[in-house]
Amino acid sequence: MNALAARRRHPAVLTVLLLVALVATGCAYAAFAPKPAQAATADADQVAQGKKLFQANCATCHGLNGEGTKTGTGDQIAGPPLAGVGAAAVDFQVGTGRMPMAAPGVQAAQGVKGAQFTQTQIDQLAAYVASLGPGPAIPAAADYDYSNADAAKGGELFRVNCAMCHNFAGSGGALTRGKYAPSLATVSPKHIYEILNTGSQAMPVFNDTNLSPDSKREIIAYIKTIHTEPSPGGLKLGSMGPVSEGLFAWVFGLALLIGFAVWLGNKSA
Amino acid sequence: MTTSAARPADGLRAGDVPASPPPSAGSKKLGGVAGWVDDRTGAAGGVGYLMKKVFPDHWSFMLGEIAMYSMIVCLLSGVFLTFWFVPSAGEVVYHGSYAPLQGVTMSDAYASTVHISFDIRGGLIIRQIHHWAALMFIVAVSAHMFRVFFTGAFRKPREINWVIGCILSMLAIVEGFAGYSLPDDLLSGTGLRAAEGFMQSAPIIGSYLAYFVFDGPFPGEAIIPRLYSVHVLLIPAILIGLFTAHIVLVALQKHTQFPGPGRTNDNVVGYPVMPVYAAKAGGFFFIVFGAIALMAALVQINPIWAYGPYDPSPVTAGSQPDWYMGFADGALRITPNWFEFDILGFTLSLNIALGALLLIPVMYGVAMAYPFVERWITGDTREHHLLDRPRNAPTRTALGMWALTTYGVFMFAAGNDIIAIKFGMSINDITHFFQFGLFILPLIAFWATRRICLSLQRHDREKVLHGRESGTIIRTAQGGYFERHSGLDPYEQWTLVQHEPVAPIELEPAVDENGVARPAARKDRLRARLSHFYFRDVVNPVTPSELAAAHHDGQQHEAIEAQALSHSIEADPESASGSMHVEEGSEPEPTGGHGH
Repeated sequence: MNALAARRRHPAVLTVLLLVALVATGCAYAAFAPKPAQAATADADQVAQGKKLFQANCATCHGLNGEGTKTGTGDQIAGPPLAGVGAAAVDFQVGTGRMPMAAPGVQAAQGVKGAQFTQTQIDQLAAYVASLGPGPAIPAAADYDYSNADAAKGGELFRVNCAMCHNFAGSGGALTRGKYAPSLATVSPKHIYEILNTGSQAMPVFNDTNLSPDSKREIIAYIKTIHTEPSPGGLKLGSMGPVSEGLFAWVFGLALLIGFAVWLGNKSA
Repeated sequence: MTTSAARPADGLRAGDVPASPPPSAGSKKLGGVAGWVDDRTGAAGGVGYLMKKVFPDHWSFMLGEIAMYSMIVCLLSGVFLTFWFVPSAGEVVYHGSYAPLQGVTMSDAYASTVHISFDIRGGLIIRQIHHWAALMFIVAVSAHMFRVFFTGAFRKPREINWVIGCILSMLAIVEGFAGYSLPDDLLSGTGLRAAEGFMQSAPIIGSYLAYFVFDGPFPGEAIIPRLYSVHVLLIPAILIGLFTAHIVLVALQKHTQFPGPGRTNDNVVGYPVMPVYAAKAGGFFFIVFGAIALMAALVQINPIWAYGPYDPSPVTAGSQPDWYMGFADGALRITPNWFEFDILGFTLSLNIALGALLLIPVMYGVAMAYPFVERWITGDTREHHLLDRPRNAPTRTALGMWALTTYGVFMFAAGNDIIAIKFGMSINDITHFFQFGLFILPLIAFWATRRICLSLQRHDREKVLHGRESGTIIRTAQGGYFERHSGLDPYEQWTLVQHEPVAPIELEPAVDENGVARPAARKDRLRARLSHFYFRDVVNPVTPSELAAAHHDGQQHEAIEAQALSHSIEADPESASGSMHVEEGSEPEPTGGHGH
């Protein structure tokens, strides 16, 4: 018998065990508990930092206080007012590198180099913009956790709601006058969830009454499934539909067969 | 069985040789299985005829073969698919092995196609072989058609075969569309919905036609089984029948050949079918099959599981037909929407009907009529078994490029959204470009092709008359400089001068020798004008007298050069020109050859 076992009937045992259990539970809770939405807990310091970043990087178009500006030609907007767009919109736009916009254009394109700010800076910017007016908060990890969502159901929702612009495989499609629906292959689940809630440019808002949070997770599950599953048929040719297949038939198929025909034709008298 | 009983006149028959009738009616006696078959069918004559058939060699003559073999691959792989495909619009809930469709409601047709793709051993590759072979079939048919057109192979006596070929091509795209529509996935269902709209755009009969074909309102349950019958029975039967006629006519009329020394309008230079072409063509079948199987193994086509089952409410971006229907889709995309008219309360949807209903018959009608139109304009009623080099028929070649460019504008317009997204352009700009391009680009193509052909012809003349520029500059004793031109060998020269000179048809003078007006019929005047259009800038081949003149027109350098080269040309023109005849029947004279 060791020393610990010998003292198991010590009067302080109950208290000690209770303390250990409480500390362990507390630690576990701190580690595993879902964090509350950040917008709610944004502290004043974060907002102040965000305002500095905003004024240095965004105010040229969105105005010094996020009130938006016009170009001066007609009603053309240089930057829309941001009160009420919410932290989620900021996290999406800045997190995907769309903002700050490199140059004016028909559409803010996904950043080639990814986000230009660290996640901490994005959070500060988001906190500042959220302080301008209430809007959708940045979703918690559990909101876009699609591990238990039904991808097949997501597929049906995707075809009804998304495929007409983003194409059946989420490879993107053309819209009018140079605008386009981008490819969804590399968009993170968090950003998909955010853009569904906030909308952007030609992308409409799918709020929670339109598409329930469960449906959103199903759609995310479907997008992630089709982009991670191996391609059973071979090269996908961009998953663009019959146009790329026809091009392949004419360029590679015909060239290959004509190559053989030339070879056979040369083997003659 | 023998009998020993003596008969009365046996003595008289003592020296007779028993008559033995020939085993077969033909003069040739065949042994073995061939003889057995020939005795019963008389097939030896036909088979012998085919086996001795001579075919000329050129890679472009194999384009039709590629089409034929792709069709056979389609037939073989198609049979495999029919074993499991269920042509029904009945509803089922999917419980197969493809997870992202688990529990989704779909039609039997779609479910069975997904089943073939994922749960039948080898099903996916056979599906992909079938689809790639179908695409390659129509690609090869088109390429074959271009070859026949640009070399003038459609001329007498092959006009009928050209028309059969056009019908085959048209049937092939209908067959392709029927097959594309069968799996009932989101893409093909969208295509069928579009097809229903096209039918409805037919004036007066539109809605009746659509109800008749779909057996009621869209989508109904009838269209898939109906398309299945059309796809596996009706059109393949017509295709095979016409294709057989196509091949039989080629055998009967003999294959055309490119011009060259020893090749005339009355012979065919090449190898006989047995053994050379039987081996070549047989081997080529396996090459084509192999190439298609390679494509099918490496490259995905029509991933129906990714499109999802058809449902009339959704649609996917990038909804296009397969490439061969693209031109009709493109015509639809660039026809302006104001092309719809309201007449006495009836809507005339020309914005749809033009591209969707009229274009295909008009296009094939023009193609089928072309040989007859050209024959009327040129007045050439002779038989042609020697092909034209495309440059030697500049107007025809240019007209062909005009047609191809028009087709190309339509076809690329069908991909306007893909072009927009892949090249970062505005779809509106692309559409406007094609709308104007439809009228401008073919004219540019026509003009440029004609100029290029004429330049090439002039270059050929130049080459025959003055030889090839050698790049060697020679200084004469007097201090002059000239560039040495090396002579052409007679084989090469023959190819450049063999074609016939042509000239526009001239109208007879409006007034005859007695001063009496002679009004040319309007038809004749039109014909003269068209003939002028065809042959206006014609560049005719070098004649022997022109060739002789080129050597005697005081260009001393050519004479000097000829001496320098006379020993370097070893080829004997006699041996090359056993059948070479230039206009007056004189032997072609090699440039820089003898006599200078």
